[in-house]
Amino acid sequence: MPEYTLRIRRYTPESGQAPHWQEFQVDLDGNRSVLDGILQAKDRQDGSIGIRCSCRAAICGSCGVRINGRPNLACHMHLERAEQTAVDGVITVEPMGNMPVLKDLIVDMDAVHWRKIQRVTPWLINKEPVPEREYIVPRESMVDVTQTMACIQCGACVSDCLSMEVDPLFIGPAALAKAYRFVGDPRDAQQFERLKDLAEDPHGIYDCTHCFNCIEACPKGVAPMNQIMRLRRIAGGDHEIEDRNNGYRHEHAFVKNIERNGLLHEADLLPDSYGGKFHPRAVPELGRSLPAILKALRRGKVTPQKALLHPHKAPKDVRRIYDVVEGREERLELNLYVVGEEDEEPPRQGAGTPTEPVATVTGRTPHSHAGGAQLPEERSPNR
Amino acid sequence: MKVAYWPGCVSRGFTPELHGSMAKVAPMLGIELVQLDRASCCGAGVIAEHSQELADTLNARTFALAQAEMARGAELMMNICSTCQGAQSECQQRLDGNTDYREHVNRTLEPEGLRYERGIVNKHFLWLMVEEIGLDRIGSMVKRPLTDLRVGPFYGCYIVRPTDRLGISRETPRDTYLHQLIETLGGTVVDYAGQYKCCGFPIITMHRENSLKQAGRHLGDAIDAEADCLVTPCPLCHLNLDLQQPLAEKVIGRPLGMPVLHLPQLVGLALGVDPKELGLNKHVVKPTSVVDWSTSVVASVDGGGDGGRPGAVPASQRH
Repeated sequence: MPEYTLRIRRYTPESGQAPHWQEFQVDLDGNRSVLDGILQAKDRQDGSIGIRCSCRAAICGSCGVRINGRPNLACHMHLERAEQTAVDGVITVEPMGNMPVLKDLIVDMDAVHWRKIQRVTPWLINKEPVPEREYIVPRESMVDVTQTMACIQCGACVSDCLSMEVDPLFIGPAALAKAYRFVGDPRDAQQFERLKDLAEDPHGIYDCTHCFNCIEACPKGVAPMNQIMRLRRIAGGDHEIEDRNNGYRHEHAFVKNIERNGLLHEADLLPDSYGGKFHPRAVPELGRSLPAILKALRRGKVTPQKALLHPHKAPKDVRRIYDVVEGREERLELNLYVVGEEDEEPPRQGAGTPTEPVATVTGRTPHSHAGGAQLPEERSPNR
Repeated sequence: MKVAYWPGCVSRGFTPELHGSMAKVAPMLGIELVQLDRASCCGAGVIAEHSQELADTLNARTFALAQAEMARGAELMMNICSTCQGAQSECQQRLDGNTDYREHVNRTLEPEGLRYERGIVNKHFLWLMVEEIGLDRIGSMVKRPLTDLRVGPFYGCYIVRPTDRLGISRETPRDTYLHQLIETLGGTVVDYAGQYKCCGFPIITMHRENSLKQAGRHLGDAIDAEADCLVTPCPLCHLNLDLQQPLAEKVIGRPLGMPVLHLPQLVGLALGVDPKELGLNKHVVKPTSVVDWSTSVVASVDGGGDGGRPGAVPASQRH
């Protein structure tokens, strides 16, 4: 039986001692999981190792940890694969980030994760009147929310959320994905109120930096960041919620900026995101940025001509694309999680016979074909 | 090699030194740049946040323009901005992944006679150097190895995540290319906590403090790891890390003064280009440590007398 070395981060807060690393040799087949390794060490060498687990089959979401620095379920990573991605051949296992450690690999999910889930009103507020029998909803609108329903609440995305790292109050990826579960549900009566609440909260949907860490972390393919972007899309596009965080204004300023200039004209973007150069809101904001602007001018990074004039104009066909796409009655949205990805181009039947797009009507409901949660491919092995 | 070159917006806006240094370095590496002048902004994720179809159509148009250049002899499309790479790869994944959707988008492009065919190869300059030119060849072109220069790679987000979309695997370890390149150029890689984290730029107008805290923290981590400078493949990261660095200092309450280089600037220094020609004088944080280093090494090379190139031995093989 091959031997693997696990380097486990040990910590008992009540002891007053600092956390430390401890190594354990386990002998197990390479296709057994890291969780099996931890449990063997606990069974044979040190019964005090703290780990939370239950199903051992990537269903219950209990055993979220960081393996070689990256979040995953301990039961969802083979020892062999973990060893290959380990820097020095030793598999490191440590508790998830962004949550306080209770003991060794066990973090306080109540203090962070569950509290944030509660924050987004994670239940259906049904439309009235309640039908005598069931609600009838289009199939595709339910398939649309299956991606967020695949969440097993393991906390892997919360662990590595980079916005939460600097802003512990950020509602965060798991809870916002959960929010989309109900925002996207046609039976829910409070779509607008939910979005208004999440857009106005300084730690809400506009506090996400789109760093993709949660997409990479999720063992179930929920892609929380994509759900956050859909929340923004519905908040801005369908409800035109002008939030106090400049989220809506920034998005619109950006989109209009490209329509006018083709390329981003940065000197306009900042003031326009605050409502325009002379808007009362913009003045203090621009004032705070003034030192950076002056320095950039001094270094010749930016010239006054470039900042004030608009040397670049959008080509005509860019403006036409805007007219066509923005003029559509419904937004089109393609969710590859739902429709699946083609491996190869299918043979073209009679070039020139236009087909209707399979993708999606949205507004709220991209429609869909094959559903089903696909587990994403293994994480990058290189770091 | 000839490439259909997409420089992006910021390299011609607030980080002109990136565009300039790329133009300097390209011919030295044997890259002929055919600039896509009519292409438009990739949307940086923000247009997609507004309308996926709009972002996909604008980028399909850029791809179609690049493919027209490729029909005239360009080998592939090259960009110099991680955010362009990430945002364009995202659109490409949807366009390539569904024929009906692609045809729908192509119908919007039709009036100008443009059409995107599945499977364009669009590579960041970093990927192109490693995969198309080869680090051995780049190593052989080094005139002034970055000996004793401690360089912290700052990858940012868009060029390393999500790994499956960006083609990162054991065979193509694109998330280690900056490391490999720094070593090839003779420098010392400094690993630090923030190298794969977010610079915070996307939320600068929405949550200024959180944005600058992120930038400040990573710069501070790099200082603690004793880096002389950072290098980034992303001009948007450069805005938050360099242009906004004095403001980030205030937010985190710590003096920083960490120079941040664009990727072609670092390559240019090792190829022997004068720091000023690479636009190093245009940075908000003066890269004094880097420039001092480059002048002192030049002196020592000249003093060597044999005229021989000191060679670029990767740090890992130097001992």
